Formats: sequence, structure tokens, C-alpha cells
Amino acid sequence: MDIIATIWLRSMKRYIRSKSRIIGSLGMPVFFLVLLGFGLNAVVNIPGTEANYVGFLVPGIVAMSVLFTSVFSGIQIIWDKQFGFLKETLVAPVSRLEIMLGQTLGGATTAFIQGLLILVFSLIIGLTIVSAGGFLIAFGFMILIGIAFTSFGIAIASRMEDMHGFQLIMNFIIFPVFGLSGALFPIDTLPVWLRSLTLADPLTYGVEGIRYGLTGTSQLDPLLSFGVLTAFTVAMIGAGAHLFRKVQI
Amino acid sequence: MVAIRVSQLTKQFNGLVAVDNISFDIQEGEIFGLLGPNGAGKTTILSMLATILESTAGEAVVNGISIAANPDAVRKSIGIVFQDQSLDEELTAFENMDFHGRLYRIPKAVRRERISTLLELVGLADRKDDFVKTFSGGMRRRLEIARGLLHEPKVLFLDEPTLGLDPQTRNHLWEYIERLNKEKRITIILTTHYMDEADKLCGRVAIIDKGKIIAMDTPQNLKNQIGGDVVTITSTKIAALADAISGSWIKTKEQHDGFLTIHLENAETHIATIVTAAEKQNIPIAAISIHKPTLESVFLHFTGRTIREEDASNKDHMRMRARLWRGK
Repeated sequence: MDIIATIWLRSMKRYIRSKSRIIGSLGMPVFFLVLLGFGLNAVVNIPGTEANYVGFLVPGIVAMSVLFTSVFSGIQIIWDKQFGFLKETLVAPVSRLEIMLGQTLGGATTAFIQGLLILVFSLIIGLTIVSAGGFLIAFGFMILIGIAFTSFGIAIASRMEDMHGFQLIMNFIIFPVFGLSGALFPIDTLPVWLRSLTLADPLTYGVEGIRYGLTGTSQLDPLLSFGVLTAFTVAMIGAGAHLFRKVQI
Repeated sequence: MVAIRVSQLTKQFNGLVAVDNISFDIQEGEIFGLLGPNGAGKTTILSMLATILESTAGEAVVNGISIAANPDAVRKSIGIVFQDQSLDEELTAFENMDFHGRLYRIPKAVRRERISTLLELVGLADRKDDFVKTFSGGMRRRLEIARGLLHEPKVLFLDEPTLGLDPQTRNHLWEYIERLNKEKRITIILTTHYMDEADKLCGRVAIIDKGKIIAMDTPQNLKNQIGGDVVTITSTKIAALADAISGSWIKTKEQHDGFLTIHLENAETHIATIVTAAEKQNIPIAAISIHKPTLESVFLHFTGRTIREEDASNKDHMRMRARLWRGK
């Protein structure tokens, strides 16, 4: 446990010190929220909810922020590989699983904080709080997304030699995962083929879970969302731990 | 006491033999050098002993622990400084040390105390709270050595400790390494392709070429093996000079155009004799010089090739450049 805490602590120190990265990675979500939210607010009506489009969009953008930060945190292991720091960790008499879990919790915490910042921002621009309990539900889903996708990033990073493949991952995995998740549009009214794609996207359950917490209504049963996302998280931790164990130095 | 015993250690990569059936012992308190050109297999040997790499065949015992049977216990008992930098630049010197101490489960109070002692030892005490990214190449190296010592290993592994450092910094590092060895009684095994480094620093040197040990002894004995010193005397009367100098200590005398070379052992003890003999015959001496054999000539003697900086592979040059670029 103290080893996991040590590695987590290092991630936190690095995160808090990289102010430009904190601000930088807030840019895109804020941009999406403000432009799409206020741009489409007047013309979009979400059937079945009383929320306006901005209110509908906030959970999606929070999930987006958590998703991007967590994948990026996981993939950062490549930097450690390239700059040699990973060697220092791997030759220490500690298990790979402890290292991997420490990295995962570190990444998930960072991602959670980034999501929280978006949430605070949306309170400033006028989101209303439904209930305190709902907030806690949303937090739970944010943490699950963070853990799942940091593990995913670690799994990817364990197989990559350098950052060259990073754009590939962003364009062909992360953006589709975000785009298909129902972060930007309601999934009930989609054509059947697209709806099945969104239901195959694990992030959909995260977005719906956060939406249930923040707005009180969602199109998927929150228990279903919680079950699917938890299963996905466990699977990703397994995959990350397995691939990380095979990393050669 | 034997600190490291290596017997018939072999490593193959996809059929390519990187380390070929080598055996040697390192005694406690020694500074032992693995000297050879790039790609000779030095780092592979070190990695196997540090249990980072599994051996294909053979055995090695480090601090009485078998590397194959109990790699975790071996790791706990050794300190390693890698060829490439392995510090976190976004952390301070203290934080890098502290991270290491936590990974090795050193209790907080002990950790704190040792960190300040070690940073003092490598001359970084006043930079303890500065970020590593502001450090020069030499300072980073010293910090890595201090970190490698934090869990009080009995053996310290140094892989090319002064690669890419300027001469002055190298000298400083050599002093630190010698002090560690003397004051803390730490056995040190290092790899290098710098002849002067092996010569100055190591008590014993194993010369490695193509995965094999081709010679192993003290630097002095290795150099003596290949025929001792050469004295070169410049004079206008070579023939007369050659006749005037005689004695059982002379191995061979060779007359050249304008100078005479004498092969002998311990040249410095015979200079006076040579000069006196020449003076007696009124033979003028314009210049006199002693050439001691270097490990370079030892390597040349055994392999017919020289280890030179030009031999450094592209990867090595890139590594050096990267280090310099990061370091300044």
C-alpha cells in the first residue's frame, strides 16, 4: 500500500507543478461547452427532459475532460520509459502490480480533478445543482471513468516504444470513444445502427451515469450504467496490469 | 570475502552470443572494471548481475545470493546507476532520493538522515530543493550515485558512469567513487570504454571483447605483460650513445634517425644511469622521454584493434548528445 501511495504522490506532485498542462487541457472542454452549449441552446430541444441543451451537455463535457486527461496520464508512462525513470521504478524490489496501481490511481485522481474543474466552471456559467447526493453519484462515475481509461492508457503505453503512435490513438480510439458516447446528443432518438454503436461504447455508460447524478434523469438505467462501467474498469485494470508486467527495460 | 562470483555466464539474443561463457570473482572492497568497446557485452553482463536481464546459461552469486534463485533479494542488496539518466526532472533532488527510499521501504527518520548525509557526500546538499531539470550533467550523475547508495547496498553497479561528461567533472566523479570505496567499504563494479578511467580508478580490470574476457588483472600487471616502458633519447651521436648505455635492465635498443629507443621495465629508475653514461662519454642529449604502455596498447596487443572514441556507435553518440543537451 505504501508503494502505491509513493507512486501516486509522485503523479500528484508532477500534476500540481504542471500549471500550463492543467490550463491547457481545460481549454478544449471549455471551448466545447461554451460554443456548442450556447450556440445550440436556442435551437435544440431534448425530448423527455426539462433541461436545456447546456444542462444536457455539461455531463458529457465533464466525462470528456476525465477521459482525455486519464488516457493522457496513462500514456505518460512512455515518457518515463524514454527518459529512463521507469528503470528506477522497475529495478526496485517492488511488484509490478503495485507500480501499475499507483500510476492508475495517480492518473485517475488527476483526471477526476480536471473533471471537477469543468464542473465548477459550469456552476459559474449557470448550472443548477439538483441534489448533493446526485453530485456524489456523478463523482463516483467520474472516478470509474478515470481509473478505466488510465489503465487503458497504461496498457497502450506498455506496448508503445515512443510517442509517435500517440496521434493514432487519439484519432482512432479516443475521439471515436468520445464522439459515440452520447456526450453531445441524446441516444434515444438515434437511428438503430448508430444507437447500437453508442451502446457498445463504454464511455456512454459513464456519461449517462454522470448525467443521472447531475440532472436527475438519464436515458439508461443508472444501475445498468454502473454495472457496465464497473465491469469495463475491472477489465481495463486487468489488461493494464497484464501488459505492464511484460514491459522490458 | 567474495562479493560477486560469476561462473560460465552466457547470454544469447536470438542466437547471437552477447556474453560468452565468462567467469570471474570480485572480492569485497574492490573497484572492478569491465573495459571494452561498445557492443562488447559489458552492459549485458552488468544487467544480468543486477537481475534486470535473465541469463541464458551459467550462474552468478551476488553478496552470497544467487541471481537466478532470488532476484528480488539481489536487487535489495545492490545499487545501480544506469548508463542513461533515470531521474525525474520534474522533482527536486530531495524528492528523487525520497521516492527511492520509499520504494526500498526505508523508514522515514532513517531515510531523512541518510538523504542529507549522502547529498552532503556528493556535494549537492545546498541544491537539495532544486529541480533536477536545472542540474548539469555531472550533478545529475552525482545525484544518481547518491540515490543508488540510499538503501546501503554492499555492491554498487556503475554503467559508464562518466559517459558524456567533461574532463573536469569526470575527475571529480572519480574522486567521489574512490572515496565511497574507501570510506564506506563499498564494492564497486563499473563498465567503461575509457582507458584512462579504467586505469585510474580500477584495482582490477577485465578487458572484454566480443562477449569474452580476453585479459584480467591489475592495470599495472596488464601493462607490464606487454613489454614494459620505452625510453626515447634524442641525440646527434646515436651510435656512440647506444654503445655507452649497457646493462642487464635493457631489453632491446633500437637506433633510429636522430633518436634511440630503449625497451625496459620501470623506466624512471634508470633515467639517471642513462644520463650519467652519456655525460661520461661527452655525448649531448637533446631530449629524453618515457612512454608508459597504456591499457589502449594492452587492448591493441590482445585484439589487434584499438578502442577509440570513433568506435562509439551512432546510438552512443545520440545518447551523449541527448545527455549534453539535457544537461546544459
